[in-house]
Amino acid sequence: MSVSVEPTSVHTPAGGRAGATADEPGAALQPHAEDAFAAELAALAAQDDRPRPARWRLSPWAVATYLLGGTLPDGTVITPKYVGPRRIVEVAVTTLATDRALLLLGVPGTAKTWVSEHLAAAVSGDSTLLVQGTAGTPEEAIRYGWNYAQLLAHGPSRDALVPSPVMRAMAEGMTARVEELTRIPADVQDTLITILSEKTLPIPELGQEVQAVRGFNLIATANDRDRGVNELSSALRRRFNTVVLPLPESADAEVDIVSRRVDQIGRSLDLPAVPEGIDEIRRVVTVFRELRDGVTADGRTKLKSPSGTLSTAEAISVVTGGLALAAHFGDGVLRASDVAAGILGAVVRDPAADRVIWQEYLEAVVRERDGWKDFYRACREVSA
Amino acid sequence: MTVFTGGPLLLGVRHHGPGSARAVRAALQAAAPRVVLIEGPPEADALIPLAADKEMRPPVALLAHVVDEPGRSAFWPLAEFSPEWVAIRWALESGVPARFIDLPATHTLAWGKDVLDQEDEPGDAPPAGPGRPVEAAVRIDPLAVLAETAGYDDPERWWEDVVEHRSVAGGDPFAPFTVLEEAMEALREAYGVGGHDRDLVREAYMRLQVRAAEREFGDGVAVVCGAWHVPALRQRTAVGADRALLKGLPKAKADLTWVPWTYRRLSRVSGYGAGIDSPGWYGHLFGAQDRPVERWMTKVARLLRDEDRMISSAHVIEAVRLADTLAAMRGRPLPGLTETTDAVRAVMCEGSDVPLALVRDRLVVGDVMGEVPESAPAVPLQRDLARLQRRLRLKPDALEREWELDLRKETDAERSRLLHRLRLLGVQWGEPTVSRGSTGTFRETWRLRWEPELSVRVAEAGVWGTTVLAAATARAEADAVAAHALADVTALAERCLLAELPDALPVVMRVLADRAALDADVGHLAQALPALVRSLRYGDVRGTDTRALTDVAAGLAERIFVGLPPGCAALDTEAAEEMRRHVDAVHGAVALLGETAAASAADASSLSGTAPDAHRTPSSTGIRGRWHAVLRVLAGRDTVPGVIRGRAVRLLLDEGELAQDEAARLMGLVLSPGTAPGDAAAWIEGFVGGGSGGGMLLVHDERLLGLVDAWLTGVPAEAFTDVLPLLRRTFSAYEAGVRRTLGELVRRGRGARGSTAVATSGIPGFAPDLDPERADAVLPVLRLLLGLHESDIDDDQVGDDNDLVGVAR
Repeated sequence: MSVSVEPTSVHTPAGGRAGATADEPGAALQPHAEDAFAAELAALAAQDDRPRPARWRLSPWAVATYLLGGTLPDGTVITPKYVGPRRIVEVAVTTLATDRALLLLGVPGTAKTWVSEHLAAAVSGDSTLLVQGTAGTPEEAIRYGWNYAQLLAHGPSRDALVPSPVMRAMAEGMTARVEELTRIPADVQDTLITILSEKTLPIPELGQEVQAVRGFNLIATANDRDRGVNELSSALRRRFNTVVLPLPESADAEVDIVSRRVDQIGRSLDLPAVPEGIDEIRRVVTVFRELRDGVTADGRTKLKSPSGTLSTAEAISVVTGGLALAAHFGDGVLRASDVAAGILGAVVRDPAADRVIWQEYLEAVVRERDGWKDFYRACREVSA
Repeated sequence: MTVFTGGPLLLGVRHHGPGSARAVRAALQAAAPRVVLIEGPPEADALIPLAADKEMRPPVALLAHVVDEPGRSAFWPLAEFSPEWVAIRWALESGVPARFIDLPATHTLAWGKDVLDQEDEPGDAPPAGPGRPVEAAVRIDPLAVLAETAGYDDPERWWEDVVEHRSVAGGDPFAPFTVLEEAMEALREAYGVGGHDRDLVREAYMRLQVRAAEREFGDGVAVVCGAWHVPALRQRTAVGADRALLKGLPKAKADLTWVPWTYRRLSRVSGYGAGIDSPGWYGHLFGAQDRPVERWMTKVARLLRDEDRMISSAHVIEAVRLADTLAAMRGRPLPGLTETTDAVRAVMCEGSDVPLALVRDRLVVGDVMGEVPESAPAVPLQRDLARLQRRLRLKPDALEREWELDLRKETDAERSRLLHRLRLLGVQWGEPTVSRGSTGTFRETWRLRWEPELSVRVAEAGVWGTTVLAAATARAEADAVAAHALADVTALAERCLLAELPDALPVVMRVLADRAALDADVGHLAQALPALVRSLRYGDVRGTDTRALTDVAAGLAERIFVGLPPGCAALDTEAAEEMRRHVDAVHGAVALLGETAAASAADASSLSGTAPDAHRTPSSTGIRGRWHAVLRVLAGRDTVPGVIRGRAVRLLLDEGELAQDEAARLMGLVLSPGTAPGDAAAWIEGFVGGGSGGGMLLVHDERLLGLVDAWLTGVPAEAFTDVLPLLRRTFSAYEAGVRRTLGELVRRGRGARGSTAVATSGIPGFAPDLDPERADAVLPVLRLLLGLHESDIDDDQVGDDNDLVGVAR
């Protein structure tokens, strides 16, 4: 027998977003995607005349436009949410349309969570059906738990059942999200297999089951650097289409992302704005990119890559750290010496191998580069 | 027949388009023409029947080359899915004559004189250049214009959607050609000849040929040519005007043959690319009877399974679904290569590009190699080789024969180059052997022996090029790119210099630089350096420009300098011994390299490095200076094994970078009781061991000998047995004389070592003082010579002794 969860229970979880953000949007530190971009979503929905899969708020084409940005026929400008290859978004959206689960892979700081949140917001209009994966995530977080007071008072019943976000998504035909899937213990991960292949969630205690309604789907994110933590079993992996989110393609795009984020973070930390820092930011990004790609920016010299990830997010934190140094201990201008220590820390993760790589890089590339003398000296100082 | 009412049936195609090929076959079947005219060199008409040969298997290419200059050549590659090939096969199967109607290769090759390289001017030899002369020959790409008009950003995809993926089943087989012709007509109205005047001449020739065929066969002429040419062929122009265009064309005597081709060479990535990215995919589209995407995904799954990736049928199902949905979302009629690739990546490859590269290499490009029957005319490479053999008077002989080549003579040098090049091509005709007697670099000894299968090898090598030089160059480049180990690449660089392939050298060097940059192992780098420096010197001898090589070598040395100190830590005995050899090798190489860059090495003396990286100070840029600093670091670091430390001190001492006193101090430190005897013995081995003349050093510097002696006598009994083998190895390598002298020095004992001044000024191998007993032995003879009697000098015997001896001294 199949039962659906009471719709009313969905929007009234304890401290649910309905109360917190809809009433006073300014109060939330970071509003949900569907609230922050409600206008864009509404405009898209109004203009969207293409076929929509069951229970989708938008057509796949409109979802892709929402993520990649564009201008609608009526002149509404959709801001790009994801700056990167179009192919990635198209494959991701198409995957969801074929009711296959989507696994977003990428090194930390490649906007996995960001993309998953916006996808859920655009497809289902709700990005809050979220399971945060940790080493301690229990099975209840994915299946269902019990309200023990109810359970003791009235015995097992649907009223005593506390549905998980995944269960609610199944019942409602919504998009559920699982963050950091590979951090979840393997046995708990495998709970997802039935959900994804049978599209049902049995409740043996009640002799019932919840069948997924059309429109249900799941987006998981995982960090492909720590695959080793709890690698997905091949049975589970088979249920996902995988999309790897790459690091920014061009240096300019990355400098742009870094400086914009640094600006935002700097503001919230009340750091002084430092416009002169753009050169240093460019340098940090260049160093990160070159070491990451294993080739110099001019494409002439190959390099070895250190063991760290050197993601954009790390570049942002190096620059933010440098800014703090410059503001509190320096003359307020971001200089090479302010970022040198941060870079060294980010690059040299393995003291033996990475140090050699870093020194080779310093001697072979940085030393020869015009206008990088101060940077070279600063790095030599902290490396010695 | 109604199709021929408007003149000849013109089938405009995209060269190498599977959809075009199918359409051509359908159209030919429906129209049943009496003759098929194909865009291609008419000299190859005689070769057409070979296409029906059982042993002929596409991809093949028509090769035209100037008779005495195999280097000037043009290719018309044909794959199974090329419309031209389909037309040829249809004609042969239906017993209808097929003819090539393009401008004869005689002219195109003569044109090619100014532009030999087809890649520079692809319009020259039409199908040999990029697949669609339409796209390539025109400066403003008309296809891109059409695609843009249709709202596509990629002309390739537009063509695929509009033409290649349209199935001809059911509908009018001529419809696609009519539509295409209209589009091309509009384009040519807008763009004229598109900036390529030679097309006009070619089209004039084709028109004349079409007319001739019409006279001969009446109606029923079908023409298969690039879509771009269709409007021009449709045009009715005056015969005279066409003739006038063809007047006075240059001529070159051309020879044509079929050569085997590969998918890889059809693809854009390799040299004579036909301009298609995905021959394997096209071959699949053409070959698959139905459900191309499903079949393709199954193929991919099989490939990945063979490579031990777990791919189930469920994967295939999901991949097909994703590809279909993607195509729908992108608004394409059928999933193309982009969609299937995206689907394979997301479903089967877990988002990774690594297995995808395999799919791309094996399936999308593909490994298919064509075959040509033996009755096809000889490959030009064979002829070039025969010509060279005649000219250099090197007859292929089944009997083994030894040749001594004197590289100073021009003929011998050329012979050597030929043999080296052939070896690069895998034709092992000659084998270099060690020269008897002379070891000079200008002499080479080869053992030659021609075996029948070498002819096959030469034929196989024909795919690399038309001349020995060009083929060897292409092969060397390909080998360099494929090589894995750093040492392989350095060896290849050496061979390139020996075989004198200046064009291949840049590629090899680029690969070398890349590999060197990525190799993490100091040992590998150190191994590669000597060969590289050697090549540098060959280059000098042969007058090759080796500046780039010098840069690579310097970079390599730089990296060794950085990596050596950490690389020397925590080594066991064997590894330490190996590393010591590396240090020696690098030392020698650096010395040679330093000579090459002598100017910059001059300021080696300004070096004052004590901190590990102080050698980077701008004042000591000399490579030798930096090396010395590295040696100092090695000598002073405790974690470095004794044998390397000792070696480093010794090398510094020999270079005059370390004063004797300092060396003695370091030795004293190592040999002090605090050091483990084994380590100290290893240090001694490194310092004075081997054939490095260490014995003489001990003979000369009594202080050092004294230190060793004192240490040795102080080694505890139980430790002595441990160090004994090491010491034995160290000292047994000395020459007998040196050993004896050392022994005598030691026997004379500590006391006699009072005056080092005497010791060092004495003749090596002789003790500073006399052995009176042995000196006395000469006295009787002296007396005899001087005619003295024993009694005569009895009185002052002692004094005389000394005087005589003094004379002797």
